[in-house]
Amino acid sequence: MNQPSPTPLANKPSKRIRVELQLVADLVAPHTRVLDVGCGDGTLLSYLAAFKQVDARGLEISMSRVRAAVSQGLSVIQGNLETDLKDYPDGAFDYAILSQTLQATLNPQAVLGDLLRIAKRAIVSLPNFGHWRIRWSLLVGGRMPMTANLPDQWYNTPNIHLCTILDFVDLCQSMNIRIEQSFALSADGLKQNYSATGWQANLFSEEAVFVLTRQD
Amino acid sequence: MTTTSPTVPRATAPDPDLGTKVVLTAPLVLQSGETLTGVTVAYQTYGTLNAEKSNVIVACHALTGDQFMCGTHPITAKRGWWDDIVGPGKVIDTNRYFVICANVLGGCMGSTGPKEINPATGRAWGLRFPVITIRDMVAAQAKLLDQLGIGKVLCVVGGSMGAMQALEWAHRYPQRVFAVVPIAGSYRHSAQNIAFHEVGRQAIMADPEWSHGNYLEENRVPKRGLAVARMAAHITYLSETALHRKFGRKLQDRSTLTYGFDADFQVESYLRHQGYTFVDRFDANSYLYITRAMDYFDLASENGGALSNAFKGSPVRFCLISFTSDWLFPTAESRAIVHALNAVAANVSFVEIESDKGHDAFLLDEPDFHQTLRGFIDGCADAQKVQRP
Repeated sequence: MNQPSPTPLANKPSKRIRVELQLVADLVAPHTRVLDVGCGDGTLLSYLAAFKQVDARGLEISMSRVRAAVSQGLSVIQGNLETDLKDYPDGAFDYAILSQTLQATLNPQAVLGDLLRIAKRAIVSLPNFGHWRIRWSLLVGGRMPMTANLPDQWYNTPNIHLCTILDFVDLCQSMNIRIEQSFALSADGLKQNYSATGWQANLFSEEAVFVLTRQD
Repeated sequence: MTTTSPTVPRATAPDPDLGTKVVLTAPLVLQSGETLTGVTVAYQTYGTLNAEKSNVIVACHALTGDQFMCGTHPITAKRGWWDDIVGPGKVIDTNRYFVICANVLGGCMGSTGPKEINPATGRAWGLRFPVITIRDMVAAQAKLLDQLGIGKVLCVVGGSMGAMQALEWAHRYPQRVFAVVPIAGSYRHSAQNIAFHEVGRQAIMADPEWSHGNYLEENRVPKRGLAVARMAAHITYLSETALHRKFGRKLQDRSTLTYGFDADFQVESYLRHQGYTFVDRFDANSYLYITRAMDYFDLASENGGALSNAFKGSPVRFCLISFTSDWLFPTAESRAIVHALNAVAANVSFVEIESDKGHDAFLLDEPDFHQTLRGFIDGCADAQKVQRP
């Protein structure tokens, strides 16, 4: 590994992303095997490799980001999570991390199933479409909501499968997935005190982070 | 070089200075079942072996490459094939790493091959040389390292046929290599690639000067056949875009067509030049043997039809690199290797480099490629605590 800089997550542009990555990083136990799905240029992976001594692997669709990650000495492959997760054997990792991406997949249910097939735990973060500002925007404006978190027009958004926190909790239930831990986050990515799976979070959180395992 | 001179019997001609050579003390049992004894391996080293012997990088050359990867080539007087990459302060920094490159078994730059003398008969091997494989080439390299007292290798890196050797290293000696970087390669030669090689071999064998492989003893040189083989192969190393950019339909030293079969077009002149300079440094029988070795390479079929079987439980770090315009070893080949490695949860990186220069891009100035290669190798060295310069 390159010499770890003291705050490797601090060079990210957005405070929200920075705080969320830190939260995710804190959830990972040291000396484990981690697959970061959609790892970007490897910001989280390099942090985990340097400070948690994990066996860090990444999958990323953008070739320029893959190049940036591999150039730092990280193990990252270029690929598409919707087609390439199936290659990995069962239980290959302790954690599979999917940050702010599930809503942009063609088949979130299959992706979620694959994450929990290849890893003991999945750490998944999602934007919450049930946030009051989004509800208000649709109610009053009568048009598809756009927020700082979800800035695209309906016709060019990559987020083709948006859901609310409660929707996601329902999906987990239907797939026999246990929500081991959950965190409701404000727009700044700050942890909120209320339950991340209840009505409050569904109304007031911009996003949520879940630690998921298979129901035994 | 003496191979091209029809007046000098090659078998007794003095070798030019082909650098360092080692005669393997152990016999080499080939994949074909035959055994070679007293195998010579000619090799070059760059950089300094550190006290822990932890900074060894094995570089594997391609079909027509050789051990003279950097500096000035002793025969062609041109820059070595990886002079851009290997050297002090370069991508593979010889201030930090000890780089070994050996001429492959079956080659013609000093290692045992068809143009060398068979000690049992005192005559040049010619076609009596046993058919060798990529596995045999790598076995010879491993034995060379044994004799040099080198156990573990930090990284095996190579492009094209060198990529095959890197994969073979990871497959055969997983405990001996920390990482491998197969560049612009494949785990098996495709039907198209075998077809191109067959065209080259037939061109050589159709040359009457080839004389059923006995040209060395008869003081003949199958220049035309080898040149045509090289011309055909050279096209496969480039891309349509690169050829068009370089030559288009430009005419060679003339302003109009000559209505004949002279080299009217620059691209023809270029290919002829490539062909005829090649015969000055390469042996026709070596070309037959080495292309055959590539054709025979198939890590999947050797492992029950599933490539992933070749790397089950492998502790090796892999970094696959391909180039967008390479149609000889297209990205899909590297991706197939990545998928197989994922299936056994191996530690793998994969980068496809944007380039319009075709297969040869791995030999050329490609900054993205260089940045990736440097980052990966330095990352491995840091993980293995190899002292920085």
